[in-house]
Formats: sequence, C-alpha cells, structure tokens
Amino acid sequence: MTDTVIRSTGSPAGGPVVQLVDVSKVFGGSAGRVEALSAIDLSIASGEFVSLIGPSGCGKSTLLRIVGDLIPATDGTVTVNGKPARDARLDRDYGMVFQAPVLFDWRTVQKNVELPLEILRRPKPEREAKAQAMLELVELGSFADHRPWQLSGGMQQRVAIARALALDPAILLMDEPFGALDEMTRERMNLELLRIWDRTGTTVIFVTHSIPEAVFLSTRVVVMSARPGRITDVIEIDLPRDRNVETREMDRYFELVTRVREALRSGEGGSADASASARVRAEGLSA
Amino acid sequence: MPSRRPLARRARPVIGFSVIVLLLLMAWEGAKWVAGDPWRFESFLGTGIAINHTPPFRLTPFNDINLPHVWWIVEEFASVDARGTTTLAVLVGAGLFTLRNAAVGFAIGAVVGLGLAIVIVHVRFLERSLVPLLVVSQTIPIIAIAPLIVIGLRADWLGVAAVTSYLTFFPVTIAAIRGLRAFDPRAHELMTSYAADRRTVLWKLRLPSSTAYLFTAFKIAATGSIVGAIVGELPSGMSQGLARQILTGMQYYTLGPSYLWAAIVIASALGIGAFVLVTLVERWVLRDARPAESGAEA
Repeated sequence: MTDTVIRSTGSPAGGPVVQLVDVSKVFGGSAGRVEALSAIDLSIASGEFVSLIGPSGCGKSTLLRIVGDLIPATDGTVTVNGKPARDARLDRDYGMVFQAPVLFDWRTVQKNVELPLEILRRPKPEREAKAQAMLELVELGSFADHRPWQLSGGMQQRVAIARALALDPAILLMDEPFGALDEMTRERMNLELLRIWDRTGTTVIFVTHSIPEAVFLSTRVVVMSARPGRITDVIEIDLPRDRNVETREMDRYFELVTRVREALRSGEGGSADASASARVRAEGLSA
Repeated sequence: MPSRRPLARRARPVIGFSVIVLLLLMAWEGAKWVAGDPWRFESFLGTGIAINHTPPFRLTPFNDINLPHVWWIVEEFASVDARGTTTLAVLVGAGLFTLRNAAVGFAIGAVVGLGLAIVIVHVRFLERSLVPLLVVSQTIPIIAIAPLIVIGLRADWLGVAAVTSYLTFFPVTIAAIRGLRAFDPRAHELMTSYAADRRTVLWKLRLPSSTAYLFTAFKIAATGSIVGAIVGELPSGMSQGLARQILTGMQYYTLGPSYLWAAIVIASALGIGAFVLVTLVERWVLRDARPAESGAEA
C-alpha cells in the first residue's frame, strides 16, 4: 500500500516539491526573543498530503507561513519547486486556505473565486469559466451569485478552497481550515478535500490540531513539539489511498491514531536527542 | 432587502423626524408663550381668532427679535420684494448657487482627502510628519484663511470651492487613514500569497474594506461643505450666493429678524439635503453588503 503514498503524477526525477533545510525562526528583538522554530528539516514530494500536528505554540502555522513566504525564516533554506520560496510565491505556486474563509463580503461567491485570476489579469471569459469549474468541483456551482454571508460556515470554507485552487497551484497550504467547523461538517469536509486532492493531484500541507483528521487525510503526519518548535516524529500513513467513511473504522486507522497520539505525548517531554533521531528518520523517509 | 420593506415601515423615520421637528417648534412657541413678547393678534393666522396674551415672564432670548414667531418666518418666504420675486425664490436661487460651489468643493476635498490618506498609509513616516501639519491646518479659523484663498486664488466659484475643500478634506483624510487599514489581516496575507502589488491590494482590498469609514467622513464633509461655501463666499463679494443673503439678513436683523431666519432655514435644508444625498449613494453602493445589525444604519 505504501506505493500509493507518492503519487505518480509528480515527476519522480524532479526532486521534492518542498525542501526545508535547517530552518529556524526567532521572533522579537534582543529583549524578548522567542525561538518559534528550530532546526527544521523536511522534504515533501509531489502529490503528497502532509499534515503538521502539534500543541499550540509549536510553530506549525509559522512553518506553513515560512513555506508560503508570508514570513521570512530567520535561518535555513526553503526551496519550493526547485526555487526559493519567494520566487515560488511570485510565480503564484501557492494556494492558501486559512481557518476562517476570509471571503470578501462585497463580492459574490463567483467573484471571490475569480479574485486570484483578476490579480493575474486573466481575460474575463477564462476567469468566469475557471471559477465556475472550481465551484462545481466543490459542489457549489448553483451558489455562484450568492453573497458569502448567505452561506453556511462549511460552504464558505469550500468557496475558499475553490478560490485557492483557481490558479492550479502546485502546493495547497491549509492552516487549520476546518478548525472552526462542527464535527459533522468537518468529517464531510475531510472526505470532500480528499476527493478534490485526488482529482487535482496537488501537493497539500495541512496544519491541524486534530489527530483523527491528520491520520485520515494524510500520506504523512509530521509531529511537532513546542519551545522551541521542532519536528519530533514523522509518521507514514499507510492506509489505502481510497479512503471513505469505513476507513475510520479500520484497525490500522486506530493503530495510527494511537501512534500519532503517543508521538505527541513523548514530544512534550522530548529531549534534543529524540528530535535529532526523528529528523534523521524524516530525512530517511523523504529521500 | 431594504427596498422591499413595507411602506409603513419605510415611512417610519420620516414620521419620526416630522414629530421631532413639530415638538421643537412647539417648544419654540411655548417658550415665547411663557416668556416672550406679548402676543397681539387680531386675526391669528387668518383664522379670525383674536389673541391677546401677555406672558407671565420676560426673557430676552425669547423676545420677538431673537426668536421670531415661526409663522413670521413662513410668511417671510412668501413676501415679495421690489422686483416681484418671493423671498423663497430669492433664497432658493442663492441656495442653489451656493450648493454648486459646495458640491465642487466637496468633490475636490473628497478626492484630495482620500488621495492624502492613500499616500499616508503607504509611506509610513508621513503619518507622523504630515498628519500633525494637517491638524494644524484645521486649527486656523476658516474665516481667517478664506480671504487669503479667495482673493489670492480667484474671487469666483473656484476660490469658493477651494475654501470648501479646505474644510472638507480633513475628515475624509482622517477617516480614510483608518479605513484603509481596517482590512482583515488574513485577507492581506491572502493577497500576499497571490503576490498582488500595492495597487491591486488598494483597489481590491483596502478601498472596498474602507467604505463604512469613507461614507461616515463623506457625510460630515457634505454637511460641512455648505458651511465652507458660505464662508468662502463672504470675502469674495459674490452676490449670487447665500452668504450675501445672510449678510443682508444680519444688517436688517433689528428691523425684521425673519429674513435671516429664512436664510438659515434654507442653509440647513441644503445641509440636510447634502447629507441625505450621501446616504442614498451609500445605500446604493452597499446595496448587496451584509445586512447590518438592526439600528447600525446611518
């Protein structure tokens, strides 16, 4: 089953889509220095679905923002699609989805999805066709003329996903996208996201608090711990690629959930040794 | 949808406004009844009823010079001058002339005010160096600076519009600086992830997010523009505007106070009209916006 982890859509010879080498982040000046991230090494192949999980303050959102070049790393190198993260951002290689939908109230649902295409000055017919296609992908085709505030929270988040996919990004960066949704909606959105991921073949980096969500969605789960934020473990999720409601009842699923939970717990009191060995393992897995 | 509200509910603010105005007028006349000059009418408002009333108290603010009877002001509108024109026609004509200057001044003030704010939010050091200067500009009495502008520039509608814009740009700048920063920071991150340039962020995020602030400032500026235009007309010696009518009213105040009051009524009507106009534009622009919490309108 492990052969499904790395998708054939990516060019195997092209190297990793995302490559982090010895990345660290320090916030604040000399007085109140906070080491948010320390010695992060991570390599993500094309078509992977990687979840970052860890306690609050472990820097997982910071790490996501560094990959997306929304904030600079203090040290280390971030390579995306073989170029620095900044160039990848300027080339519009990213699609971002935040915890809140961040839709523009003054635009219709359709116009919200068109926003990135407008910024790229794509011609109007192309914009409209693409936005319509993306809305159909998230099954909101008939809501194009609605205003965002007329939609439920789950629907708004689907619009945000449609918007993020409008530019066919190489990488989808998702920062706790379903964290504000109720459990039922969340599970439905998880299935929805897997379906979209399957159809688009995009690489996903997904920040979450939820262990079941991380295990259910991912091909790999990156476990982080706080103060300073570092990777303590990387767990390969060898569940069948074709996941559905029954997946959540498989023995292997429960084993993996337990495995991630234990990794999180040991990370809390984790020593520098543990993080170093985990890093070696992370490199081993991604190589 | 506001436009589909039943007529009775839409009329409610108008009814409320009328009731309040009526109460104020009653208080006005009530004060005169209690402490004004004696009421001596052989035929009260043409009804044939004779009124002969001596108020129990006498207070200067309520005498017939300082607070003329409401109907005297109404009668003033209907009175005819030597050329056969009613006061109403004279004042409305003067009012429209002033309104035109005010509108030009408002437009200049809004554009300059917004332009300044756009520059200030993009060039950080300007906020601390330029804004204090703008504040100083507003501490100079407009009446002192108006002659400088009007005589220095041109004693015509352009000079008047310049004085008006001097008064109207300030609230727009101050509100727009806040409004242009009132965007959702995550929306800004989103724009950054699309590598949007500053101009795109301005047009697609900053300006649309600032509409509530801008329209609040436009309402203040629109009302102020009427005052600005009148003050600007004073040193220009222009005879067509409301300023001349107000000067006339002031000169003849002790002979007949109702002319000045009539001019005041027209000036406030213009101010209210300007305010309502901005409100209507706001409603049209924000017709599809998220419905506000009840009572959050205006």
